[in-house]
This record gives sequence, structure tokens and C-alpha cells, in this order.
Amino acid sequence: MAELNVNIGKLALKNPVMTASGTFGYGIEYADFMDISRLGGIFVKGTTIQPREGNAYPRMAETPSGMLNAVGLQNKGAHYFAEHIYPEIKDIDTNMIVNVSGSSIETYVECAEKIAELDQIPAIELNISCPNVKQGGMAFGVTCAGASEVVKAVRKVYPKTMIVKLSPNVTDITEIARAVEAEGADSVSLINTMLGMAVDVEKRKPILSTVTGGLSGPCVKPIAVRMVWQTYKAVKIPIIGLGGIATWKDAMEFILAGATAIQIGTYNFVDPTAGIQVIDGLNEYCDRHGVKSITELIGALHH
Amino acid sequence: MKKYMLDMKVTANCPLHNNYCLLKLTADQTLPEMLPGQFVQVRVDRSPTTFLRRPISINYVDRETNELWLLVQKIGDGTRTMCESRPGDILNLLLPLGNSFTIPADKGQKPLLIGGGVGTAPMLYLGAVLNEAGITPTFLLGARTEKDLLQLEKFEQFGDLFVTTEDGSFGEKGFVTNHSVLQQVAFDQIYTCGPKPMMMAVANYAHQSGTACEVSLENTMACGIGACLCCVEKTKEEHHVCVCTEGPVFNIEKLSWLN
Repeated sequence: MAELNVNIGKLALKNPVMTASGTFGYGIEYADFMDISRLGGIFVKGTTIQPREGNAYPRMAETPSGMLNAVGLQNKGAHYFAEHIYPEIKDIDTNMIVNVSGSSIETYVECAEKIAELDQIPAIELNISCPNVKQGGMAFGVTCAGASEVVKAVRKVYPKTMIVKLSPNVTDITEIARAVEAEGADSVSLINTMLGMAVDVEKRKPILSTVTGGLSGPCVKPIAVRMVWQTYKAVKIPIIGLGGIATWKDAMEFILAGATAIQIGTYNFVDPTAGIQVIDGLNEYCDRHGVKSITELIGALHH
Repeated sequence: MKKYMLDMKVTANCPLHNNYCLLKLTADQTLPEMLPGQFVQVRVDRSPTTFLRRPISINYVDRETNELWLLVQKIGDGTRTMCESRPGDILNLLLPLGNSFTIPADKGQKPLLIGGGVGTAPMLYLGAVLNEAGITPTFLLGARTEKDLLQLEKFEQFGDLFVTTEDGSFGEKGFVTNHSVLQQVAFDQIYTCGPKPMMMAVANYAHQSGTACEVSLENTMACGIGACLCCVEKTKEEHHVCVCTEGPVFNIEKLSWLN
């Protein structure tokens, strides 16, 4: 048994395998299929200070090896979360991390302040990369100035571990990563979904109600691995890698490219027990390679 | 209800006309309780263009043989691949998912079950469960042509059967909402599943005639367990709710469909 525990900022993870926001509900949706407390962490659904109904149906289009979504941050708001959902999930024995979103600097700050009050939420993931909302979201994540501004403002009110989720829809992701590191982010997670589009040729109409949406799933994995590798060379803070991870081998690619931890996202829909399979596979890999701690493998590519 | 992920063995794949197949599946363990209206999520492994599981409604549960029946319409690559399964193949399923139709407590009730196209699938299991509860259901099935009518003998085992086809090749010609049985019998409740325009017509008919009505929706899904929020339907109060967890069965008074 290798040591799989890793640290992200002040967060101690029992293993580097977590589940991505928007793909795992609040964790409890998956509890019938697996012991969710075995995960290193669970990133719960994107939360905003005000409730949001999200975008109109249809919000999803399947693609080969992936899917497009345009959910648009549907959630019941941070107050509802604190009063009704938090009590249900706070005692799950893993890191329950809230993905925080906003439509302006003020709403990001307000939401982060509300979540900071919750003792058993040890970290937030600041979502500056949602491609499916008209205001805020990705608008902050595609320029260094926008990313810096929101991270700086949230850092002032949020003392616990702050992870910033980055958009791949940029010319150079390392510039954004450096900018948020400079404003005090404890970690960056990448990548959020890639902007895409699908057309119903019979109806001659876009499939998604919003025309464009976010692409995720195994089809984006090589892009995500490349961006993790580039970012690993650019920043000192730990990186959480995600984008199309389905198996332990995928997870290992991200870790070797420089990720300290990983998230499983869209693949949870195909195999709700994917997280457990990945944990077990990483353990076997470490044993097979005579590795005592998985931390030895972070960024450990042979050149 | 507890949900399971099960590897199930195909015991039979019966082609029904050109475009449909009936898959019979069994498991090593006794199948968990499944309610009419619930669905399963089937993993499709052998189609390179198929990534997500396919939500399929429960057509029938045969307790004697420990079999689950799925009626599959070949719509795209995923369902076509499912229809190529052979006896002995293993399919991975999540089940049972979603809510269920309301079974009336009063045995004297006269329910009408309206199905259109592949939407007839859950009506069979609902009819079987009603029948078991001592209630005789009336089935009204609609199809384009005779070729799209499925499992008629099986429906007749559980209740009275009426049929419409759009081209008049079998039963009465026209749509389900025009069938003469609606004028002849006063039904206490209507259950329906099928193409959305048909369900909306049925819902508005039921609403105008003051009959309770439940519809089963088929919105496209990703996860099937309430995590991804892709399959939403709008309620009367303009809220988006997941069809996979708040449904697939909805009382029509909850939805924004009524004229």
C-alpha cells in the first residue's frame, strides 16, 4: 500500500482523487453506488449567492467521447445551500468543497463570505471559467486583469484554501495561472469545459438552447494534460488536473504532467464508481513501480 | 429507493418489426423492487459514437424468471448497438431510477393508459401492476401504422385494449385523443407516455375533462441520478426540475403545459 495522501494549500487529502463540480451533485446522489468517503474530496455543484434557474432545455448534446452542456449554473443559492444542503453533507468523511460563482466581483465576494461561515467546508473552488452564463463566469477567467481582480477581492474575505478553476478558452493558460497565483490563490484547477457547438442537421438548428456550450469528457483529455504540463512549469502552487479522466491511467498522466491531485468529471455519468476504480488503480501503479508516496510522481516525467 | 449498478445477462433479444427490439435481462441476484414508470440507465460499450448511458423505461418485470424487459427503439447509434446484443452478453445497468406512477388505492377505479410509439413500453408494466392490484386497466395505444404497434397480445393479458393508427391500418384511424372509447367510458385517471405533442394533447384533454393525469417524460439525460441537471422540465412555477429524479412521472397540474 503506497501513501496516496497529498496536500493542496491547507487541505489534506487522503488521496488525490476527487470529483468535479457539476458532475457529482452534492455527493449523496452517488452514495448508493460507492463509499463516497473514500474520495479525496468532492467538489459540489456550482453555487451563487442568488438562486439561478439555469438555461432553457435542451442543455446537453452528446458527442463522440464526451458531451456538451449548457446548464448555466442552476442552483438554489448559497443561503439555501447553507440551511438545507450543508447539514446533509457536512459529516461526510472527506473534503466537501464548494464551487463558488458570481456575475460580478460583489456577488463572488458575497458568496465566498457565506460559504466561509460553514465550518466543515474547508475550501472553495472559485469558478472564473463557466462558459454558460451571460455575465461573470468565463468573462473573468479569460483575461489576466479580470482573473486578478476577482481573486484579489475574494482572497480578502476568504481565509481558507482557495482553488481557482481556470478556463481553457484562452490563448495562454499559464498567464492566467500566474496572475491568480500572484493574488494569493492556493491552487489552480484546470481545465473547465471548452466552448463548443453541435447542430441538428435535420432541423437545421443548434442542439443547445444557448447555441454554444461546454465540451467535456475523454475527448478533451489531451488538451487538459498539455495545459497542466504548461502550467506546472509556470507556477509554484499545486495544480488540480481535470478534463476527461476515466481511468487510473488517465489520472496518472495528469499527475506525471504536474498535477498534485485530480478530479473526475463527466465520466461519473458513465461509471458512477469511477472514483473508486481510479484510487485502487493508482495504488496498484505505485506498488508496481516501487513508489512509497504518490507525491514522488508529481511532475515526474522523464525527458 | 436504493439504486443499484448491476451487470445483467441478456437472456433473449426479440426483434419486433424493423425498428424495435425487446431485450430480456437477468441477474445473478434477485432483482430489486422496481415500480411502474421507473427507468434504467444502460451502458453502451460497443459504439464509438456513444458516450453516455441510455435511459430506457421498464417495460415489464417477470418475477418468476427474474427478468427485466426493455423495449428499445432504434433511434441512434446507442440504441442500435443495444439492439445488436446477443443472448449471453452482459449489459451494465443503473436501476431502478426515477419516481413512479401513482397506483390508486380504490379497486373500483377505472384507469386509462395511453401510450404512443415506444412510449407504450412503460404502460405494459403499469398495466400489469394495476391488474395485480385488482384494478382492470384500459389501454389505448397509438401508432403511425400497424407496423409500429408492439406487444398487443401482452397488453390484452392485463386489460382492455383499444388502438388507433394514423393511417387507419389497424384499429381506429386518427390520434389517441379522438378515439371513441373516450366518449363511451368515464375514466377516473389517465396515465400517458409517448411523443411530447401526443402527451400534451392528452394532458389538455384530461385537464378539460377534469380527469387526473400523469405523464412520463423522455427528456434527454446524461447522469440519470440528479447530478448533472441536464434533463430539466419547467414547472408551473417556472422552476427547472430534473426529469430523472423529480420525474419521469409528473402530474400534469405541476407542469407548464396546460392551455
